[in-house]
Amino acid sequence: MTEPMVSFENVTKRYGTLTVLDNLNLTIGRGEKVAIIGPSGSGKTTVLRMLMTLETIDGGVIRVEGEPLTHMERGGKLVPADQAHIRKVRAKIGMVFQSFNLFPHMTALQNCIEAPMKVLGLSREKAEARAMDLLDMVGMANRRDYYPSQLSGGQQQRVAIARALAMRPKVMLFDEVTSALDPELVGEVLQVIRKLGAEHDLTMLMVTHQMGFAKEFADRVCFFHSGRICEEGEPQAFFTNPQNERSRQFLRAVLEAG
Amino acid sequence: MWDWGFALEILPTLAKAAIVTVQVTLLGFLIALSLGLALAAARIMQPWTAVPISLAVELIRSTPLLIQIFFLYFVGPSFGLTLDAMTAGILAIGLHYAAYCSEVYRAGFESVPRGQWEASVALNLGRWTTLRDIIIPQAIPPVVPALGNYLVALFKETPLLSAIAVMELMQSAKIIGSQTFRYNEPITLVGLFFLVMSLASAWAIRRVEAGINRRYRR
Repeated sequence: MTEPMVSFENVTKRYGTLTVLDNLNLTIGRGEKVAIIGPSGSGKTTVLRMLMTLETIDGGVIRVEGEPLTHMERGGKLVPADQAHIRKVRAKIGMVFQSFNLFPHMTALQNCIEAPMKVLGLSREKAEARAMDLLDMVGMANRRDYYPSQLSGGQQQRVAIARALAMRPKVMLFDEVTSALDPELVGEVLQVIRKLGAEHDLTMLMVTHQMGFAKEFADRVCFFHSGRICEEGEPQAFFTNPQNERSRQFLRAVLEAG
Repeated sequence: MWDWGFALEILPTLAKAAIVTVQVTLLGFLIALSLGLALAAARIMQPWTAVPISLAVELIRSTPLLIQIFFLYFVGPSFGLTLDAMTAGILAIGLHYAAYCSEVYRAGFESVPRGQWEASVALNLGRWTTLRDIIIPQAIPPVVPALGNYLVALFKETPLLSAIAVMELMQSAKIIGSQTFRYNEPITLVGLFFLVMSLASAWAIRRVEAGINRRYRR
């Protein structure tokens, strides 16, 4: 493997006395699509949130293209990173949320040009051209002037994907992006993610409950349980022949449910 | 009992005083709105300011406005702060209502879901840009009615400035009364003026509210 895109090295996260992630080691290659699955409370969303700097970490280092995310090198030593450093590294990462989190006072297009203009300094014309390409890709170009509340959940989520992509991240994080959707709207969002996987040489890390999608889409599946990776591997092997007792239990329960 | 001729005669004097009242109201409210927003924003952006700001807000809300007006005007000079009555009055009213408004804004800020901040972080927006472009436009529309109520309340408290001889409506009415020994007309007219203006501003606030709802709550 070439230089990893993202690596978690002995990363620990605690909430009070509860250890959510316990010495996590996880390395993700450039362009790799990784699905993170597991029961709720297993720490899988925390992995994404730490990488997006929405959570602090209590131990270990996260690296993005070799560069530490929450620390920086100064005089040969690792010191806690300042805002400028965090923003520089964070620019490589984009995230899509379970609850969309579109800006409700902005249209679909405005949602997609805000950060490119304010953060990347793009002109309005350039930002709009970029946004329209992406809205077109997610099938929302004809809804550019709609406000989020005028869109369905699936449409909102597709705009949210376009908004994140407009920042040209190298890593995209998908945090249970279909969990808040009505069942009939799940497909259109997964379709966009599929397209993204094919069209872009993009590293993708997704927490999902869509086992079928994980099996078909991911290069690798990581099964989390109690803050640790219990089992990881190629999806075909993992889903047909899980090795770990907990994975087997989890898959059995999920399959029975639906 | 009621002398129309006298009422008409004092009307120009009262009209002049009404302008002062409106000036005090608008300038005071401008201070209250902007300082209140600054205080509420500071609490979010710089968490260490939360304790001193809430202490100051509590101090102001727990003491009468009249005392604050006196304090600024009469005690201020012993701290080297000498202000004319009008300035001291506007400042006192502005500060007093800034304390109330900051709490209103705070409620507005708290009503914005955390996901909005998180999405802004994920898009790498700076904290000030996030506050200005994302949070404030969502925090303010829901609190416009509450802020409007404070505008009317502030307006109705301006007669307190007569205590430091600002030539606003109440002070003029009092002076007319003590010079002519007729209080019916001046005090009634002043009351009527407040009634009309309060109703008018309540109506204006409803219009603003409706406009904001059309623009922001979709």
